[in-house]
Amino acid sequence: MIPAEFDYVAPASLDDALKALADGGEDAKVLAGGHSLIPLMKLRMAAPSLIVDLRQLGELKAVSEDNGTIRLGALVTHHTVATGGFGLVSAAAATIADQQVRNMGTIGGTLAHGDPASDMPAVLLAYEGSVLIRGSGGEREVAAADLFEDFLTTAVGEGEILTEVRFPKLDGYGYGYEKFNRRQEDWAMVAVSALVKKGADGTAEDVRIGLTHMGSVPLRATAAEDALRGKPLNAESIAAAAELAAEGTEPPADLNASQDYKRHLARVLTRRALTTAAS
Amino acid sequence: MSATAAEPWIGRPLKRKEDPRLIMGRARYIDDINAVGQLWAAFVRSPEAHARIASIDTSEAKAFPGVHAVFTGNDLDLEAPLPMAWVPPGVEVKNPPHWSLAKDEVHHVGDPVALVIGSDRYAVVDAAQLVSVEYDPLPVVVDLEKAYEGGDLVHADLGTNQCHEWSLGGGDLDAGFAAADVVVERRIVNHRTAGAAIEPRGVLADYRAGSLTLTSSTQVPHFLRLFLALQLGISEDRIRAIAPEVGGGFGSKLQIYGEEIALAWASRKLERPIKWVESRTEGMLATHHGRDQIAYTKIGATRDGKITAYHTKILQDLGAYLMLLTPTIPSLGAFVMSGVYDIPAVQTDIVGVFTNKMPTDAIRGAGRPEATHQIELMIDQLADELGMDRLELRRKNFMRPESFPHETAIGVVYDSGDYPKALDTLLELADLDAIKAAAPAGKLRGIGYSTYTEICGLAPSRVTGPSGFGLQTGLWESAMVRVHITGAVTVYTGTSPHGQGLETTMAQIVAQRLGCDPQNVEVIHGDTGTGPQGLGTYGSRSTAVGGESVARATAKIVDKARQIVAHQLEAAVDDVELSGDKFSVKGSPDKGMTIGEISMAAYIPENLPEGMEPGLEELAFYDPENFVFPFGAHGCVVEVDPDTGNVDVVKYAAVDDCGPAINPKIIDGQVHGGIVHAIGQALFERIHYDDEGQLVTSNFADYALPSAADVPSFDLDRTETPSPVNSLGVKGIGEAGTIAASPAITNAVLDALRPLGVTFINMPLGPQRVWEAIQEAKA
Repeated sequence: MIPAEFDYVAPASLDDALKALADGGEDAKVLAGGHSLIPLMKLRMAAPSLIVDLRQLGELKAVSEDNGTIRLGALVTHHTVATGGFGLVSAAAATIADQQVRNMGTIGGTLAHGDPASDMPAVLLAYEGSVLIRGSGGEREVAAADLFEDFLTTAVGEGEILTEVRFPKLDGYGYGYEKFNRRQEDWAMVAVSALVKKGADGTAEDVRIGLTHMGSVPLRATAAEDALRGKPLNAESIAAAAELAAEGTEPPADLNASQDYKRHLARVLTRRALTTAAS
Repeated sequence: MSATAAEPWIGRPLKRKEDPRLIMGRARYIDDINAVGQLWAAFVRSPEAHARIASIDTSEAKAFPGVHAVFTGNDLDLEAPLPMAWVPPGVEVKNPPHWSLAKDEVHHVGDPVALVIGSDRYAVVDAAQLVSVEYDPLPVVVDLEKAYEGGDLVHADLGTNQCHEWSLGGGDLDAGFAAADVVVERRIVNHRTAGAAIEPRGVLADYRAGSLTLTSSTQVPHFLRLFLALQLGISEDRIRAIAPEVGGGFGSKLQIYGEEIALAWASRKLERPIKWVESRTEGMLATHHGRDQIAYTKIGATRDGKITAYHTKILQDLGAYLMLLTPTIPSLGAFVMSGVYDIPAVQTDIVGVFTNKMPTDAIRGAGRPEATHQIELMIDQLADELGMDRLELRRKNFMRPESFPHETAIGVVYDSGDYPKALDTLLELADLDAIKAAAPAGKLRGIGYSTYTEICGLAPSRVTGPSGFGLQTGLWESAMVRVHITGAVTVYTGTSPHGQGLETTMAQIVAQRLGCDPQNVEVIHGDTGTGPQGLGTYGSRSTAVGGESVARATAKIVDKARQIVAHQLEAAVDDVELSGDKFSVKGSPDKGMTIGEISMAAYIPENLPEGMEPGLEELAFYDPENFVFPFGAHGCVVEVDPDTGNVDVVKYAAVDDCGPAINPKIIDGQVHGGIVHAIGQALFERIHYDDEGQLVTSNFADYALPSAADVPSFDLDRTETPSPVNSLGVKGIGEAGTIAASPAITNAVLDALRPLGVTFINMPLGPQRVWEAIQEAKA
């Protein structure tokens, strides 16, 4: 497992990192933990000519709360997220791979990588969160719905660095995270993120459902959300909504899970995640 | 510390002597060993499952900076193709030539076609990508049953995909089935798996001044030396084969690999040391696989549950070539096809079939897990058909404890056993019924049992040798015990342990007999340059055969020690015995000599008996009279989520009998690992090739080994039924858990699914397969 030759820099500032990326051109790649990139390089499925390692950028490791928004620097590790008390975000982060990966892998890295089988993209989507992206031309905020463009393709462009992740706190929402995999450490075969705001009258004031690994990008189960929004929250209404969870999806099949099976799992897991979120 | 009569060394759960160096990173594996002036090697491997090699252009690779040489199949002027050790009398085994580097045709993805040698590890991998090979694709044969039927051929010049037919039977099968009131037939698939040792393979070949030293992560350094001599035409005395610390093998390193031969050849050619360490992807592609059988089984019984006949036809997927033991694997299972049951007529018919895949060969259990899986599934299926309790049916057909040594219908003599006792002990160990009854709402729980035996302690050479089973080797083992002048002891064993704790087990055997501390008994293994000729570690032989040879060499030391003591203390030899840490005269325990005092006398020979040679060092070769037959009873509870098909193992309890325990802690560890290995196969692990013969499961993300998080804690117990075959009374334990566990898991899943109407299922029991079985039963 020997990668192709590459150059490596670990700049001391974000500006230096952006400059290194710009100088490196299209074959330069950002390293923010490396638990996705390095395996791909060892398999020679990725062969960047330059690695720009962000490890020295302390400014990307900050965690703060600002006006109802949780702001996580791109280099905040999954372990920090998992133990940070951020509701569904933490619950999902706690299921990522194993402890060693959670100690090294970062939230910015996983979102910029955009693997639809990884946990964080659909969570961000369900929260309707956003990310900050810096490039030579300045900084822009990109909503979750616009971040994931295709399989392993995100709005983070050439020469840009994802610097921060923003989640609304969503006070008053219950949540449920259901991840189905063969082994504890595996990527999700299918995972479902559910956020439910229960009104005073017991109806569902708001419903958000994120689907992991049900397409080439993370998805919202909008048909199921619409079916439940405004309805009384009970076993029957949840079951009826969950039946719609896989509507319109074309999940990627593999050796262990056919499309039909994944659609079935999405319905079962949505029912379970909603039940937890509504309880 | 010293042993006393009340506290013998044998039977004590000592921590493993070898562990401190392993745990603290002080051990030296092949990746840690380098030679001055060493070059590195990389192999170019076929991306095609079956193709003619139209051309190979190595010019660009040769011109790559740092590259010293690039060799292809026709460059290697070897004396013979890679070895296959089985020539069964009266059976034709078609053996297509298998070279270290393919010559004209590739037969599986990963088949090596070129060898790149250069000055650093990175350059050779880069240069290997520059070797340009033009392939003319040929039809690809993947499906075992279709390959058996005919059609496209893996080796066109053989005219068939069928390699060989081999049968073993005894008793009147027709009469047995005629006497049956009920006959059950099933098609049982035992899918392909990988050994997946944590340490990949690696080789360092160092040819200099006319001699070759080959260091390899192998289970069989002595075989390796022999075959290096035969392949390269180098005299055996000029070859030293070393197995350094080896990080697991599970049978996958019981092999003579083309990489070992090719590196030795190239080292001689270039007169430079050359090293190669496989990547995990290479390991999945080109380290031999295991299992991969389809068995068509048929069992007959009377209405009251007496089994009258058992017939199995097995198709074995051999892969593309025959490696060292490839075609023998299902035959090893045939020796115990009827398991622990007294069945009057038993027949196994095996057909080996070529496909365009990596060859299969021995993986932990080698044929016996498959045989056990088949009979234990069939017992449950038969019980269902008869409407009889599964355990009652087992008890009704167990070989009776008083019938041992028990000759089975096929003429194999089981050495000793008490199957009802093992089952009773299991039922006392865990209340599986109560655990099943405690299923949470919405979940289904089921209980599965497996009452098993296995055949191990390979092997009585007269049974397995050229005129018997047909292996072109003996299967004895050797040991040399050297008591140093201070009384410290060095043991040289011909076995080649690689993680089983044998340094501790063997030290306990010696310490027990010499009255010394096992910490002062060093066990040296895995080096043809230091110890006597040996045969390696596999087939749960290292204690039953290797340990017995240690015991026998030690017995010779004891004989000489007693003579020295008798002479020095002026007593009769017959009156000298070991008591505590001293060889003393019966009736006067104060009067005696420790092994250190005896060895001092032996090496400073001022006062030895007349004519006695000085020194205290003995050699023993031991060829067993029979195999040994460990056995036991395993039971588990699984929980199935009927909505998703997910299976969790909630409880696993096992009672194993490997004779008197030498080190119970090591035995428990072997059982733990063995059970996990089989749970892995039953629920997670699967080597899968697609229709084009591409390996889909080429890394540990896709080839799902279970981790500690995926299996429960185990409840273990033992019974101890001594074997009459060796003086220690011991049987093997390294493979037992793996042999026993897959049917227990599968039977438990079927028990859980019975209320839903699912009556049969084949491994691997991944969630989609279980869910689909539920859907089919509903339909």
